[in-house]
Amino acid sequence: MKHLTKNDRLLFIFFTIMVLAGPIILAPFGAGYPDLLQRFAIFGLFAVGFNILFGMTGYLSFGHAAFLGVGSYSAVWMFKLLTMNVIPALFLSVVISGLFALLIGFVSLRRSGIYFSILTLAFAQMSYNLAYSVLTPITNGETGLQLNLSDPRILDAANTTGSIPSTNLFGLTMNSTAKFELLGLVFQFNVGFYFCALILIAGFYIAMRIARSPFGLMLLAIKTNQTRLNYTGVNTRPYTLAAFVISGMYAGLAGGLMAITDPLAGAERMQWTASGEVVLMTILGGVGTLLGPVLGAGFIKYFENIFSKINDSVLESWFSFLPEGLSDAMVFVLHFFVGKGWHLTLGLLFMLVVIFLPGGLMEGGTRLYNAFRSKDTKSSKDEPKAAE
Amino acid sequence: MSRITTTRRGLLKGGATLGAGLALPTIFTSPAAAYLNEPKGSTVTLGFNVPQTGPYADEGADELRAYLLAVEHLNGEGDGGMMNTFSSKALKGNGILGKKVTYVTGDTQTKSDAARASAKSMIEKDGAVMITGGSSSGVAVAVQALCQEAGVIFMAGLTHSNDTTGKDRKANGFRHFFNGYMSGAALAPVLEKMYGKDRRAYHLTADYNWGWTQQESIAAATEAKGWETVNNVTTPLTTTDFSSYVAPVLNSGADVLVLNHYGGNMINSLTSAVQFGLRDKVVNGKNFEIVVPLYSRLMARGAGENVKGIFGSTNWHWSLTDAGSKAFVKSFGEKYGFPPSQAAHTVYCQTLLYADACERAGTFNPCGVVEALEGFKFDGLGNGATEYRAEDHQCFKDVLVVKGKENPTSEFDVLEIVEVTPREQVEYAPDHEMFSGGALGTCNPGA
Amino acid sequence: MDAILLQILNGLDKGSAYALIALGLTLIFGTLGVVNFAHGALFMIGAFCAVTLQKVFNLYSVVIDPTKTDFLGNPLKVKVPYVETWFGEMAGQAIINWSVPLAILVAIPVMVTIGYVMERGLIKHFYKRPHADQILVTFGLAIVLQEIIKAFYGANPIPTPAPDVFKGSFDFGVLIGFDENSIIYPYWRLIYFVFSALVIGLVFAFLQFTTFGMVVRAGMADRETVGLLGINIDRRFTLMFGIAAAVAGLAGVMYTPINPPNYHMGMDFLVLSFVVVVVGGMGSLPGAVLAGFLLGVLESFASMNEVKTLLPGIDQIIIYLVAIAILLTRPRGLMGRAGVMED
Repeated sequence: MKHLTKNDRLLFIFFTIMVLAGPIILAPFGAGYPDLLQRFAIFGLFAVGFNILFGMTGYLSFGHAAFLGVGSYSAVWMFKLLTMNVIPALFLSVVISGLFALLIGFVSLRRSGIYFSILTLAFAQMSYNLAYSVLTPITNGETGLQLNLSDPRILDAANTTGSIPSTNLFGLTMNSTAKFELLGLVFQFNVGFYFCALILIAGFYIAMRIARSPFGLMLLAIKTNQTRLNYTGVNTRPYTLAAFVISGMYAGLAGGLMAITDPLAGAERMQWTASGEVVLMTILGGVGTLLGPVLGAGFIKYFENIFSKINDSVLESWFSFLPEGLSDAMVFVLHFFVGKGWHLTLGLLFMLVVIFLPGGLMEGGTRLYNAFRSKDTKSSKDEPKAAE
Repeated sequence: MSRITTTRRGLLKGGATLGAGLALPTIFTSPAAAYLNEPKGSTVTLGFNVPQTGPYADEGADELRAYLLAVEHLNGEGDGGMMNTFSSKALKGNGILGKKVTYVTGDTQTKSDAARASAKSMIEKDGAVMITGGSSSGVAVAVQALCQEAGVIFMAGLTHSNDTTGKDRKANGFRHFFNGYMSGAALAPVLEKMYGKDRRAYHLTADYNWGWTQQESIAAATEAKGWETVNNVTTPLTTTDFSSYVAPVLNSGADVLVLNHYGGNMINSLTSAVQFGLRDKVVNGKNFEIVVPLYSRLMARGAGENVKGIFGSTNWHWSLTDAGSKAFVKSFGEKYGFPPSQAAHTVYCQTLLYADACERAGTFNPCGVVEALEGFKFDGLGNGATEYRAEDHQCFKDVLVVKGKENPTSEFDVLEIVEVTPREQVEYAPDHEMFSGGALGTCNPGA
Repeated sequence: MDAILLQILNGLDKGSAYALIALGLTLIFGTLGVVNFAHGALFMIGAFCAVTLQKVFNLYSVVIDPTKTDFLGNPLKVKVPYVETWFGEMAGQAIINWSVPLAILVAIPVMVTIGYVMERGLIKHFYKRPHADQILVTFGLAIVLQEIIKAFYGANPIPTPAPDVFKGSFDFGVLIGFDENSIIYPYWRLIYFVFSALVIGLVFAFLQFTTFGMVVRAGMADRETVGLLGINIDRRFTLMFGIAAAVAGLAGVMYTPINPPNYHMGMDFLVLSFVVVVVGGMGSLPGAVLAGFLLGVLESFASMNEVKTLLPGIDQIIIYLVAIAILLTRPRGLMGRAGVMED
């Protein structure tokens, strides 16, 4: 812990507790069910990894979803061919996505700025388009790569149950859940979630160590002024490439986890919208901060999964306590923002956050914290962190 | 360094202990359920998973309307719709098995991942015993597999790929909608009658699973009638401007263009083909013709005047005059003010069929429902005598061959029925080569 | 040979849409330094100007026709557009028929206003902010605009045909000595090509030959110095934003007969037009136009069956492949300047 400050340690402990207590904290918000919790952890990990590249070096990749997709495909192939144990699957997804990132990074990092962004975008879109069509023998195209009863799974015992076995960690199945009911709330503790959560915590710790290491300082120096570094005789390429590969491996790991919690890999995971999503998560949460990307990921996934499920009848039940005319009016107005209109709400929130909180959600948190903390100290309105 | 190591190890240990405890989940979920999400109270929850955003949002919205109508009818509200004409009389209008029907909705975004996430939340959070919906085959196959793994019933919505009940068939999944093979088998005789035996067809095919199976089916069926397939060109799903694919068609010696496209692709390729004036041309001494094997009225509206006179097939159309269709069009039309689409029809039927199967089985247990649906023969749901085949969970019924109407009287009056192809003509063996390679497996009750 | 000529024609036509959108994007980027992810949405709104005008012309009064019945068996309500009642059936039909070309007149003021409001109300506050923030806010705006259109018009495409006189296609092949039907091309697509060439020409002429344009070009090259000369460059840049929006909107209006518009069409073009802009070189107007046409033509070639049998799936990736090749051989795209958006 040499390089970590006391604040870092506190942050890490806080983060760990919050993640592990996720099922309890999020249950009152309707988000305490395994699938969404898993998604929070997985996309949190994805965004943390993305931030190592974008937040620390300033290189904006618009093709990171490709690594996520490759990770998923590798994991599912492992489940099909070898065993339903998650360890080989995760191992392969990290390795393959790392290699893929090395290849793409090596080419793309020859350019910087928007030219780099477009190169990564081009690679990812090519992967997506090919995976959807001509690579169907490997990816199963439109319907996505799935497990079949007839898959070999050479390490596993012969399967005679007539149903596809579930993913497991040495016999501990990922989809087993323990439910508790308390105060009218159901708390669900799911093995898959805790597996993802532990990996997220480990990933967060590694990202923190990277940020505080000499390597991390070098990355920040690249972000601040790459030209100056080059003039002082530093070859920056190996550093940026290392950052690119590391964040590609994070993405691959996240993709592997997606396959573990839900053994299916579809091509649309690699589409530009998916790459854009992780960019949005990171910016929304706060570029370059450690916690921000995780927050941003949670924010977007919450909207996607919770707001899209609110339909008119749910709204009516919410406002049934109001007089009829009023409740109808409320339902009529809110109707546009939930259910099929959840995109609208998300778009509006993107705008509001970026207009009023230039540093993302993290800045919101900091402002709140400062407001509580220091009435006496002069308002330390530090200028927004420049991303470049 | 050392301190954090202990913490981490402690964490891992803690996790492992916790995990070991969780490995035996039944200890905690004390009143052991016979099957997943067994409805214990006075209500039963169904999950309606339809596209609410993205290019198929309008179809999803129409499906949702039909679901709400079905829920009303099941709960004994409204005029009962097709429940009155349905040949099975197990449904009494008091919910399902005496439990009031409630529902949750979700957005598939026409993406497998989003659709599975949404279905999972319905299963894990809302306790849905049945998931239904969808407007594309990719989503249907993905969600069907999920329902099989989780242990709930999946009643497919609009999915036309052979694979849904072919190589990707699942014991817990059922499809009422027809498929690519049936389209081909129904269309080919009509095309032969209208356009003759000696035709040369040029296929433009959406470059993914559904497109390929559809193209394969149509080509096989028309070739059996003596047609020749000159060329088959695949087009990327993301294509918006089809001009460069349409332009070379005229010069290829073909005199029929088959557009194996759906949704936005179909509208754009058909619009391009008409723009290029293909239909005004005479090739090989015959009028040049365009065929759209799978029609959707909602989507056909987007192509405007271009659909006039173009042949295709559809699962159901509101202008059918049997008692079931009339009852459905009436209750849908009176509630919403316009006629239902085929997507609305198929999901309404699926909901009724599921409810009826539960009643007949006397349980919501997926295995009981599967047993009740397998080989179930029924009538009165708008498609004539229909059977849910036990071997692949595909409905077998008549298929409609339709054509774009020349003189529509209203904006809904886009298609007219040319022929009702009888069931025998579109039937195939369960192990037909276009459908082989999959297995239903056994039903999974999830607990 | 005729097949190649045909695909060149196709490519130029495809390219003209890319070029128009990329031109607008570059105008905004070059003048204001803003990465505008809402540009696709502006294209879409342009298209919906045409849809709206068509809707307005089709506003109807209801006449009940007792001889026919609707789907529920009630007497059919025939909708008679007001324009037909006012101007007679013939003239009314003609007005409705010409709604797309007429929409151009509506789209220009509407789009300039939208552009102006957007710049003054939102974009202005983002000049000094990192590009990442600009992307997020304009992307958010694009979603909002898109969802508003969806709330009004639904998700399905809406047919907006060209006037009847432009229906059908023109046989080029015969004109230059090929067989009949070997090179045919729809009239409206030819019009689209000519129209975009005209718009591009006008924008360039405006920048090249007017004082206003000269100042803007000077501002693009060195904003500070122009500012120091006492010229209010900001106001001119705002107007350029309006012009860029109008260019995108016109591209949208004219595109509607080619493919029926839906609320999502802007997003479909967004990524592609960014690729075009970057391949052309950030901030270079001629580069954007050149890249637009180049990629359009190459895309058309890749869709040829002969090419596809040789390289399966090539039409899926050609644009991206070309983009990578160009960016690796020419570091700043075809005509980009050094130092623009490179850090």
